[in-house]
Order: sequence, then C-alpha cells, then structure tokens
Amino acid sequence: MDFLTLIQVLDSTVRMATPLLLACLAGLFSERAGIFDIGLEGKMLMAAFFSAAVAAVTGNVWLGLLAGIGASMLLSGLHGLASITFRGNQLISGVALNFLASGLTVLIAESWFRQGGRTPSLLTEGRFNGIELPFAIGPSEAEAAGRPLSELIGEANVIQQIWSELISGHSILVYVAALMVPLTWWVLFRTRFGLRLRAVGENPAAVDTAGVSVRGLRFAAIGIAGVLCGIAGAYLATGLQAGFVKEMTSGRGYIALAALIFAKWRPWHALGACLLFGLLQAVALRFQSIQLGGVSIPVQVMDALPYVLTVVILAGFVGKAIPPRAGGQPYVKER
Amino acid sequence: MEKMPKWADVVLIPVISLLLAAVISAIVILLIGENPMEALNLMVNGALGSTYGWGYTLYYATNFLFTGLAVAVAAHAGLFNIGGEGQAMIGGLGLALVCLYIPFPHWSIALLVAAVGAGIFGAAWAAIPAYLQAKRGSHIVITTIMFNFIAAAVLNYMLVSVLKPKGAMDPATAKFPESTQLPSLHEILAPIGIEFSKSAPANVTLFVGIAACIVVWGLIWHTPLGHEIRALGKSERGAVYAGISPVRTVMITMLISGALCGLMATNNVMGEAERLVLNATEGAGFIGIAVALMGRNHPFGVFLAAILFGFLYQGGAELALWTNIPSELIVVIQALVILFTGALDNMVRMPIEKIFLAFRKENA
Amino acid sequence: MTAPAIELKGISKAFGPVQANKDISISVQPGTIHGIIGENGAGKSTLMSILYGFYKADKGEIWIKGTKTEIPDSQAAIAAGIGMVFQHFKLVENFTVLENIVLGAEDSGLLMPSLSRARKELKELEEEYELYVDPDKRIDEIGVGMQQRVEILKALYRKAEILILDEPTGVLTPAEADQLFRILDRLRSEGKTIILITHKLREIMEYTDTVSVMRRGQMTATVKTAESSPEQLAELMVGRKVLLRVDKVPATPGKPILEIEKLSVVDSAGVQRVKDIDLTVRAGEILGIAGVAGNGQSELLEVLGGMRDGTGSIRINGQPLPLSGKGSDARARRHAGIAHVPEDRQREGLIMDFHAWENVAFGYHREDIYKKGLFLDNAALRADTEAKMEKFDVRPPNPWLAAKSFSGGNQQKIVVAREIERNPDLLLIGQPTRGVDIGAIEFIHQQIMELRDQGKAILLVSVELEEILSLSDRVAVMFDGKIMGERPADQTDEKELGLLMAGVAGEAA
Repeated sequence: MDFLTLIQVLDSTVRMATPLLLACLAGLFSERAGIFDIGLEGKMLMAAFFSAAVAAVTGNVWLGLLAGIGASMLLSGLHGLASITFRGNQLISGVALNFLASGLTVLIAESWFRQGGRTPSLLTEGRFNGIELPFAIGPSEAEAAGRPLSELIGEANVIQQIWSELISGHSILVYVAALMVPLTWWVLFRTRFGLRLRAVGENPAAVDTAGVSVRGLRFAAIGIAGVLCGIAGAYLATGLQAGFVKEMTSGRGYIALAALIFAKWRPWHALGACLLFGLLQAVALRFQSIQLGGVSIPVQVMDALPYVLTVVILAGFVGKAIPPRAGGQPYVKER
Repeated sequence: MEKMPKWADVVLIPVISLLLAAVISAIVILLIGENPMEALNLMVNGALGSTYGWGYTLYYATNFLFTGLAVAVAAHAGLFNIGGEGQAMIGGLGLALVCLYIPFPHWSIALLVAAVGAGIFGAAWAAIPAYLQAKRGSHIVITTIMFNFIAAAVLNYMLVSVLKPKGAMDPATAKFPESTQLPSLHEILAPIGIEFSKSAPANVTLFVGIAACIVVWGLIWHTPLGHEIRALGKSERGAVYAGISPVRTVMITMLISGALCGLMATNNVMGEAERLVLNATEGAGFIGIAVALMGRNHPFGVFLAAILFGFLYQGGAELALWTNIPSELIVVIQALVILFTGALDNMVRMPIEKIFLAFRKENA
Repeated sequence: MTAPAIELKGISKAFGPVQANKDISISVQPGTIHGIIGENGAGKSTLMSILYGFYKADKGEIWIKGTKTEIPDSQAAIAAGIGMVFQHFKLVENFTVLENIVLGAEDSGLLMPSLSRARKELKELEEEYELYVDPDKRIDEIGVGMQQRVEILKALYRKAEILILDEPTGVLTPAEADQLFRILDRLRSEGKTIILITHKLREIMEYTDTVSVMRRGQMTATVKTAESSPEQLAELMVGRKVLLRVDKVPATPGKPILEIEKLSVVDSAGVQRVKDIDLTVRAGEILGIAGVAGNGQSELLEVLGGMRDGTGSIRINGQPLPLSGKGSDARARRHAGIAHVPEDRQREGLIMDFHAWENVAFGYHREDIYKKGLFLDNAALRADTEAKMEKFDVRPPNPWLAAKSFSGGNQQKIVVAREIERNPDLLLIGQPTRGVDIGAIEFIHQQIMELRDQGKAILLVSVELEEILSLSDRVAVMFDGKIMGERPADQTDEKELGLLMAGVAGEAA
C-alpha cells in the first residue's frame, strides 16, 4: 500500500466517520441527560429521506437539510413524549422509532416518487458538495490542466497530498461535525446548561429540588440530539451519497451507539472512537480482504469489529464503561 | 388496592393500543392516497380468505410464536432480549449444519435433532450477552444489539466462504436432503379430510410452536424455576435474599430465550426454504418484541399476538401485490404497536385508571 | 406579634384513594425551631413536599411572612425563601461540593464566573455559621455528615429563611447529631426559622420550641414543647396510651447456637464494612445490635443470611458454614436452620407484585412440601398461606392479593410468619418494625419474645435504640464495622450506648 492509497483510505475514513460522529454526539447529549437513545438509527434514516426528498423537489440542499432536521426532531419529540412525559420505557420507545422510520421512509418515498422506495438522484445543486480549501488541488485545477484530479494529486508532494486529499474537498457538514466536538465539550463542561444537563443524567432529583425543570432539560437534550441526527442523516443522503435509498443508514445509528460507549460518554473520545470505526468501514469498503502477515482477514471481520470491540469494552476488560447513573430511568418524584 | 380490574390491564389496554395503532395506520394509508377500508378488506381476504392465505398467516405466526415467547421469557426475568434476530440467525446456522451433514431416515427424527441443533446454537448466541450481563453488568440490550450485527457478519461469512456449494451464485447453502423435508399443513390435514392449500408454507412446526407456548406457561407459573425467574425480574435483591442466584437465573433464562429464537429455524429454514439463505429471519426477531408486548408476556397472549402479526404480514404482502401500498406498511404498524403497547403504555393506561377510579368512588 | 414565618391553612392532599393530608393548619413563628412528629406514614413528608412545591395540595393555602403564596414548584419555594434538606440527600455524587451548591442557582450562562463567586460566598457562609466543608471534594469522597452540611449550605446559598429538615439524624451518630443541632441553634439565633420533621421524641423534647403532632394524615395537636411531656406526645402520636417497654421474663440462655469468629465483609466497592467481629448468640436469648445506620449492621445481617460473601468463620450448632462460594447462599442458610427477616421488606423480604401465597413460598419455593413432582403445588401453598394469615392476623386474609396491596404492618406479618413458622434455630431480624403501625409493632414484638421463650436464638438489628433496649437481653454496639462493646440490656442505658455508637470506646465511657 503506497502513501497515496493510505491518504485515500484516511480520506474515506473522514467521510465515513462524519455521520457516526454526529449521531454519536447526539447520543451523548441524550444519554448524558439520562435518556437512552437507541433510536439514533431511525432519526438519521428519517432525516436522510426528508433531506433528500426536499432537496430533490426544491433543488435546494439547505432546505433539504432543514427538512431533515425537522423530521429528526419530530421523532425526538415522540421519544420525549414516550420517555419523559409518559415515563415509558426508553429502550422500547427507541426500538419503535427505528421501525417507524424504517417503514415510513419507504412508504412515503413510494407514494411521492414511485422509484422503489428511493428518491430521485440528486444533481449538484441538490447536494452538499466538496469545499476546496485555499492552496488545495481540486477539480478546478484539474479542469485548468485538462488532466484527471487523481493524477495531479499523485504527482504532488506529501504535504500537498495530505492537504488536498485528506483535509480539503469535504462538504461543509464534515467540517461542522468536526467543530461540534469542541463545541460539545464546551457546552457540557463550561456552561450552566451543561452542568444541569450532566446533573440531570446523574441525579434528576438534585436538579428538581434545586428548582430546575427536569423535563425541560431532558427535552432540550433530546432536541439537540434531534438536530445532530438530522444533520447526520442529511449528510448521508445529500453529502456522502446522492439521494435516499431504503435502509441507507445500514446500522450506523447502532455503530454510533457503540462508539458512544467506547468513548465512555466523552466528546473527544467520541471523535477518536468514530474515526476508528470510520476507518474500519473505509477499509471494508476498499478491500475485499486484508493480508496481515500471511493471514487473509475476511471483510466480514471489518464489519463485525466495531461491535466486537464495543462488547469487549462493555465487558469491562479494557476499563469499565460507567454510563450516567440515572440513564434509562424515568424521573418520578419521590414521596 | 388495585387501581383497576385485571381484565382491563390484560385485555382492554392492549385492545385500545391496537385500535390507536390501527387508526394511525389508516391515516397513513389515507395520506398516501389509498383507501384504508379497501386495504383492510384486501388484507382480510388475502390473509384469511383462503386456506392459501391462512397457510401463510400461520407460517408467519409460527415464526413470531417462537421469537415472541423468547422475548416474553426474558422479560419475566427483567431482561430485554433485543437479540432475537441474531439468535434466530445463528439457530438457522446450527439447523443447517445438522440437516446438511447428518443423514436422517425420517423427517420426525430430523426435526427432533435439527431442533436441538438450532436451539443449542441460538442459546449459545444468547449465552455471551447473558454472561456479560450476569457477571460483569454489561447492559444486555446493548450487547444483544451488537450480537445481532456480529451474527449477520458470521452468517455472511459462513454462507459466502464456507457453506456455499461450488459454482453457486447466491450466498446460500445447498438444498437440504429430502429426508429432512417437513410435512406441510396440506399433508397433515388431508388424511382427516380437510383440504388445505398445497403451496402454503405452514407446516408441522406450528404444533411445535403451540407446544412451546404450553411448556413456557408451565415453566413460568408452575415450577420453582419460573418462580425464581419472575422473582429476579421484580427484585434482584429480593432474589438474593431468597437464595436465588441472579447469575445462574439470568444465564438459564437467556439460554431458554435464545433457544426459543433458535427454534424458529425449524419453521423458516427447515419448514419453508429448505436451505439457509442470507436474511432468512426477515426481522422476525424484532417482531417478537411487538408480539411479547402485545401479548403481555403471557404465552396465550403471545399466541394471539403472533396470529395477529401473521395476519398483518400476509395481509401486507397481499397489499403490496395488488395496490401501491408497499409491504413496509406492516413495519409502520409494528412500530406503532410497540410504541403504544410498550413505550406509550402510560398514555393509554392513566386515563383508563382514572375512569375506573372515578367509577369506583361513585359506587362506594 | 410579628407575622408567622410560615402558616398553613387547611391543607389537604389525596393520592388516589389514600388521604395523605387532611385539613392541616400550622403556624410557625420566625426565629424558632418547630418540630413535626408522627409515626411513619402519618403524612409528615407529604406535607413538607407540598410546602416545597413537589406536590400540589388539593385544598388549602400557604402563607409566608403574612402574604399568601402559591408554590407550584421547587423554584417558587426557593424564591419564597424555603430551603429543604431531604432525608435522602439530593446531591450529584460525582460533582464537587461547589458544583452541587451552584447547581440551579448559577449567575449566568457561563459556569466559571458562577463557580468563582460561589467559592467566595461559600467561604463567608462557612465562617458565619461554622459550616466547614472542602468545596473541591467530590460528594462521593465525603461522609454523610459532610453531605448534610452541603445540603444546608445549598439552602443558605439560596438565601433560605425557612429551613425544613426531614429526619435529619437517621444517618448520623449521636455526636454528629449534636453537632447538627448546634448548627441549627446558630441558625435560629440568626433569625432563621427551622422546621424539624422527626419521629424521635428525644430530639423534639431537647431542641424544639413548639411541636405539632401528626397522626394518619391529620394534625392532632400543636403545643409548646416546654409545656408537654414525652408521654403526652407519644399518646397524641398513637392515639392511645403506649407501653414504652415490652414485658419480658428474664432470659434463660442455653447452649451457643450462633458463634461468629473474626468475621469480615468487604463490599463490592472494596470498602471493608465488617471488621473482625466475634459474637455468640445462645439459645433462648436475644442479642441486639445497636448502631447508627451504615456502620456494618446491614452487612452483618446479610453475610449471616447468605446474601453476601465474607471471611472468618461462623458456626451454627457447632457446624461451620461456608462464607463464600458453594453452599454460602441464602438457601443453604435456610437449610442450616437460619431464618431471616430482612431489613428492607419491600425490596428484599417480599416481591411486591407477587400474590401473598407466592410470597409465603418465597425463599422456600424449592422445599419438598411445596412441590408436586417437577411442579409447584400451588394449591397446597394457598392453603398454607390461609393458615398463616389466620394465625398472624394478617388483614385482609386473602392469599390472592399482591403483597403491595397490604399495609406495612401486614406485609411485615407475612414475612415474620413465613420465617418463624419454619421453626428455625436462629432468627436474624433487621428493623422489625420500620414503617409498621403501633398495633403490628406490639404483635411482632410479642412474636419475637415468644420465639425466644421457646429457646430459639435471635439476632436483632435495629437503629431504634428504644426497640433494642426493650427487646434484647444483651446489646452489642457496632461502629465503623467493629463491635465497640457489649452490655447486658438491664445494665446499660441510652447514654452509654450512644457514646459507643459514636465510636467512643467502652472503657473510656
């Protein structure tokens, strides 16, 4: 494997990691506030569909993004209604939302577009396209030189290769996702809202008796989760790919959940975990099998590795993952 | 004092939840420009209007019986087994190995041994999450979700690289030998003079499923083990006080649950496909969640809910065939049932409790 | 006369069919300590939860400093100058003291300025009221007494003028409790108003200015403490004359039934809860274990009952029993002749959703008498339950009712019936009358005495000194996992035991 291939795999890692990271941070807000969220998958799927559908119809990707966020927020609201207002089982609510999204997206797609549960393919203006950073070699340079972009990058020096292939050329949502990491950290640990949010996930009674609404905080948290899942879904359908296809999240919500546990509910670690899992996906995408010291590792190992790693972490063999203490329990005032 | 009579809890609330789900589904059908009444009519005719329809309805119901019972047994111990899908997949693998590599003289013996194989494989797949929950406190919901994906990868690998016959294109095993073919309802019912559709996949495993219901009922309410499982589900400290080992009970419960999921393979893999294909489970492991919730974790309730979902699945397939409503409508209904009977239970329950309370005060 | 700091007029509150508070009125003068006393379940906590905005009263008015005030939530209560220290502290365990104090009372959206202002103010409060605590320690690193201080500081930081304390001494040693009351005294002299909820007569008599008595949701009287007596208050609490001591004949101890040597218990967090204990309980005697909650008594009971592992040795009738691994679980203990009435009947002794008849088999469900082949003999079990209910006067005597449908006293009777009727050699019994009404207390005490007089050995754990003194033949005091001393019950008193409970060694006392 030469250096350029490596850079290309890493570039693909960044793309694959972006939806994971956004969903993972969504889960982080939700679970830090004490609401388990296994509905990440469903929210992303719903957002992916509505962003692609609206972008396809209006030709405006920003409207698509808004629609995606709105759809995801709607599911968040339902999750809140079930698990906060009516104190239902958060896990069951999450499962229900995943099915709801899985069924509704195809149902509506069929009704609107009649293309076998997909949206029409998005043209350039319906997508989030790559942003070329200054000094990077991009499509415009390729056009000017009249040669393929890959050739130009292949000839460039190492730093230029890293800059042009790995750092530059991603859609705006990738950079947004990257910025979300420090922002999440700052909100959680440097603001009043963050303090209260973390408190409500550890001991909601403490927050309640301090005169702060547990319900309000938890709804705010899952609202943020809705926004982030919305962006993640929109990125899938309008950034990573050009349109919605049935079940296009293909388990990313669960991988994000795995990454969240892997990261032990911490923002910077979430970045690391998502990059790792993104790398596994990128490798699986590029190579059918990997030769490692004479042993051929089947591609299915790459598919399964994020889950296996998470189980190992959960088992506490590599440091114990302690979730927020009040996670999963509806808050009932004590008599 | 009880807030309301038991029948309200067991019958009234599930029925109201179901009605709510039905109403919302009807609205969804309206919104996509179809007629809900016509759709219902088509579904009833397609699923229950002929022995062919019944044959499919009962075939699906058999799948859901096993996975529903599996979720219910785990729920009694306070465990949410969301890994039925993976356990059923691996159960299918176990069953396929038995059917492919052991020669059988007769289908009955084949069924028996294959059931054992499927059960053991399914149980084994549940064993690791169970152990991690019992011994290390890893949340079983998360680990079983992870194991679903790992199961899919394992199955994919086995079918693509190991079990696929040479020269074949699809990732599937060879067809099982003839001696493992199970009698269909047509063959069973013909001698007693009932004409049942030849081409419907319902088969003898329906009776295995019904037997499983009875066994689970006896186990949960009439044996010391059932007492222990239910006690643990209500209070772990209570269980320890009573000398019930939580580790042992969690393990046993999950092994039973996983085995029940594995047993599903006798129906879908052995009874219908007669070979193991990718995605043989078709989400039945997840439907088990809806079935158990709907059936209030009672085997008889699970039986009724399984038939209901069998009807929905067959009816949904008919809808997709004759109208522009895709079969994903069923996934939506399934989601709504889980939502209303599971997560939004209190939304339905609280007003009803209030009504009963008001009624009681008036009478008092 | 100045306006009362707080005045409740005709407060009523029902939970479903249960009337928790009924037409309650009180008035508390500023700068005083007002006690509210009553049995468990009398409605004290509900009343205070209404005052703190946790529940909305069905009827009635709250007046603060002469103005009618609506308190729909805790926010409003805080704004009205009410602070509350709950029985179970409302602290975030992995936050620091400072973060806990600031939580909900931050100055602005940014955290750092709030924290640094709070640090300064905390210092002033500490000096003003002598309430020292390290602001940077995490809650799970400090002791219970300190945690309570944090709760008080939380209220003061929010400028509370009225401080409500709900059973504040339940988790404190007598010495810590004394310290708490010195702090309260100080607060009173600064003009704060304090409402003290307790079921301990001694605290009411020693520290309050006025006292209200509650019984079954109603306020039965409000009197000046100086003008009342413990006997009078007890009678008001219970509604009839109370015998504060149980009649008992002198014990005639026989051979040792339970012998404990060098018993230690380490909990799952790695903390040693029981430290090298030696104890003996003989046939026909009651050994009482006194101590403040959380000093290892619970763990002692649990290790003896087979609920957790330990090291050292225990013998029953001279036979050694394993303390970990195979044969150390609760079932094996029952086989060895140990019956166990656990401290927490709702979480341990009973499965609240099970029918009464299922609960009567609970723990004994694998015994042959309840089995028919592989199956449970449910019919036999129900017959057995009816017999036990009759004998122990459980009301209503219906085996089909779920355990949660019985009152606390009747629940306890089911547990006691199940355990005593096994004819055990040794009875372990923890907090036998916690949350139990007076009638059932007398019945249960009587059952314990009868069992003793039949020549059984009894190990009693209770945090109620009165109960320990009235039932036990010998009293051992536990502090920090160790036995501080052992006394014959008729040669000691609350004062001496109190010193032992505080960790002051016997010889020095």
